[in-house]
Amino acid sequence: MSKYRICPDTGLYFDRSGEGLMKANAVAGAVALLVGGILALLVGLTRWPAIHYLGASDFYMVLTAHGINALIFWLIFFEIAILYFASSTLLRCRLATPRWAWAGFALMLIGAVMTNVAIFQGNSSVMMTSYAPMEAAPHFYLGMILFAVGALIGCFVFLGTLVIAKEEKTYHGSIPLVTFGALTACIIAVFTIASGAIILIPSFLWSVGLIGQIDALMYRVIWWGMGHSSQQLNVAAQVSVWYAVAAIVFGAKPMSEKVSRTAFLLYIFFLQLASAHHILADPGVSSTWKIFNTSYAMYLAVLASMIHGLTVPGSMEVAQRKKGFTNGLFEWLRKAPWGNPVFSGIFLSIITFGFLGGITGVVMGTEQINLIIHNTFYVPGHFHATVVLGTTLTFMALTYFLIPVLFRREIIMPGLAKWQPYLFAGGMTILAIFMMGAGTLGVPRRHWDVGFAQAAEMGLKFEFPGSAEMMLGLVGIGSVIAVIGGALYLVITVGSLLFGKKLEESAGLMQSFGFATLAPSCYTSEKIEPVKGPAADLEEHGSAGFEAPGTFILAMLLLVTFVVYYFINWKYLSSVWPMG
Amino acid sequence: MSEEKEERVPAMQRLLDNHFLLLFIGVTMPTVFYILWGVMEIVSIPIAK
Amino acid sequence: MSAILPPSELIWWKTPIGKEEIIWIVLALTWCMIMFAMMPIWHIYGKQNLSNEAYKTTPVQYEAKVTAMVEQHTIRTQSVGGVNVPVVAPPAGSDVYMLGRLWSWYPMLEFKKGESYRLHLSSLDWQHGFSLQPININLQVVPEYEMVITITPDTSGEFTIVCNEYCGILHHTMLGKIYVTE
Ligand code: HEM
Ligand SMILES: [Cu+2]
Ligand SMILES: [Cu+2]
Repeated sequence: MSKYRICPDTGLYFDRSGEGLMKANAVAGAVALLVGGILALLVGLTRWPAIHYLGASDFYMVLTAHGINALIFWLIFFEIAILYFASSTLLRCRLATPRWAWAGFALMLIGAVMTNVAIFQGNSSVMMTSYAPMEAAPHFYLGMILFAVGALIGCFVFLGTLVIAKEEKTYHGSIPLVTFGALTACIIAVFTIASGAIILIPSFLWSVGLIGQIDALMYRVIWWGMGHSSQQLNVAAQVSVWYAVAAIVFGAKPMSEKVSRTAFLLYIFFLQLASAHHILADPGVSSTWKIFNTSYAMYLAVLASMIHGLTVPGSMEVAQRKKGFTNGLFEWLRKAPWGNPVFSGIFLSIITFGFLGGITGVVMGTEQINLIIHNTFYVPGHFHATVVLGTTLTFMALTYFLIPVLFRREIIMPGLAKWQPYLFAGGMTILAIFMMGAGTLGVPRRHWDVGFAQAAEMGLKFEFPGSAEMMLGLVGIGSVIAVIGGALYLVITVGSLLFGKKLEESAGLMQSFGFATLAPSCYTSEKIEPVKGPAADLEEHGSAGFEAPGTFILAMLLLVTFVVYYFINWKYLSSVWPMG
Repeated sequence: MSEEKEERVPAMQRLLDNHFLLLFIGVTMPTVFYILWGVMEIVSIPIAK
Repeated sequence: MSAILPPSELIWWKTPIGKEEIIWIVLALTWCMIMFAMMPIWHIYGKQNLSNEAYKTTPVQYEAKVTAMVEQHTIRTQSVGGVNVPVVAPPAGSDVYMLGRLWSWYPMLEFKKGESYRLHLSSLDWQHGFSLQPININLQVVPEYEMVITITPDTSGEFTIVCNEYCGILHHTMLGKIYVTE
């Protein structure tokens, strides 16, 4: 039974085979991020009009590769690691079928390499969406298919581990909230991959000539069943990590298991419907379908996100107040460990994801408002606030926890690590805001030259307002800052893995970042004594009957911003040419 | 505490603890409302004269 | 105990919910319903909607319709890279056909301010993005499907259609024109 170890710092359990898989997936993800990040710089410098670095065909090739490596390979590799962590480690259970898990990993790796090879051979500059009837090389699709099959195996290993844990009674009662969030992500992933299979397998057959044609509209609807759901999978994974970090850094308990789990349940029911966001400006699909799906059936998944937005920082506030930071509304926040990148990364992610990514996503996913946003630069502006400031930043923050705990290495350059989340979030915020600004002025996405020099030579002239060019310049500056922040992350993490002091029995660094140590005794295969919830004594720490009044104020600020920005966009829409 | 154990687990909590039922619902909902309904809309687009 | 541990109570469903959570859920749910209602309301009272009118077509069939319109209503031509592109002024209220193809919008159109036109859009090859600037109306143009919207220009001047769906190596050169006269 020495097939596992207990982390001496945290008391977390690591199954030996699960541990290796977590490491392999996380490292593969980081490599994809490295590739995606280098390409991001090239893309960012090209869209900066004053620099306009790459030529057109290189730009489109590099942009295709940036999207796929950053969005798909980086995030999904890392998410598989999270699934294994949330099942095997948090349930103190051996990982189901490690051989299958390795096979899945191998497929993902082969797939990722294959698709990259296809792109850099130059015949598959089709963007990550590869909209039919634009055709990529067969191994472009094949790589994606292998990657998806590998990820699906990962999902089944996760589910299998849940089954084993239940049978072997490694836990008592319900699975932890974080594991439940991971389950949500896994469920969404299964649908994601199924949609991907339905559309990518025929596309592959078409590219080798076995199928005559692919219907372009059908392709769009089903492709986005994969393309958008995989973003929802990111949201579910990232929110789970938020809860985990609140527990790790503050020892926070969820404000209410019932509320948080119900919110995840709303994700399971409704989140994936929002794939319709991408079809709003398409011909032939009815407004009924569009309204029902784009609103996640009456915005119930938005409700869920708003709930998580309150309960994650709220649980941190409650924990901080219990520690005595009870002055005023915000002492708990002022005295939070801002120098701990695990915390700062997560908190920056919560704020920017909510205010920048979340609000804009709902606004542009409104059926009619989409008409003034569809395919403009606003779209990548929005999703850099979600998948980068939201998910990527969250995963970065989690890495600073995993390096000592999972990899048992001390983090090198802790001084720089403190600053990394701020730098990355700062650059990315600039990038996202000005991308959205330029998009509002009509600047298109995926576009090599918004100065239209070649068209002008032929006698067709058009110029965007000067402010658009200025904003594109600021996007360029934001890109450079964000890439430096991202590079720093990779230098610190890879450096720590290679050169960081090995941590054996010693504690140390965990405390230096200010982690609460978790009691190892919390896990037993024996039954946990049902403890009465501490809810009753909490109220003393808050004010006016509120456990987390500061968070409530922040949430109200979000709501007001949301309402104002939402109606500003309707106002803008009402000013364009009438149509119907 | 001991009587709490005997208490019946509420239906909603049982749903939330039933992982494979959740998997089924989570895959069925979007398949029906997004994919199947969407595909039906597309195939019922009339042919241009 | 904590989010990374199993809940401490066996039955957590009955634990009371904090005050701010309840207030927040009520507020957020109300806001969600308002947002949901806005879309149907805009269909009734708003002026910017998609008609949902669309047809399955073929590139050959669609191109024929465009050509027929061009032959009937061309008022002048404009030279683009040495090619004379027709500028078409169809009568108010009529069906107007525009196509996207690698890498141009064809033909150019001339509308009268304040009049309505049934604008048809389709592609002869790959997908394109109809992005009317500086008005900023954006529509997806999909081959084999013909989309129809009734559009009423209420400002005059020269307007440009930028292609904002990536459509291959010369995507960034794909521009079209709509002129609106007083
Ligand atoms: C490190 C800093 C990053 C910078 C400077 C950056 C910059 C950019 C820029 C300038 C574009 C071009 C948009 C266009 O021309 O349409 C872009 C596209 C994109 N980026 Fe990033 N990005 C970064 C990181 C990321 C990350 C971490 C992700 C995913 C998690 C990501 C996902 C995407 C996607 C999916 C696209 C769209 C590609 C497409 O249109 O097909 N980016 N990025
Ligand atoms: Cu085009
Ligand atoms: Cu284009």
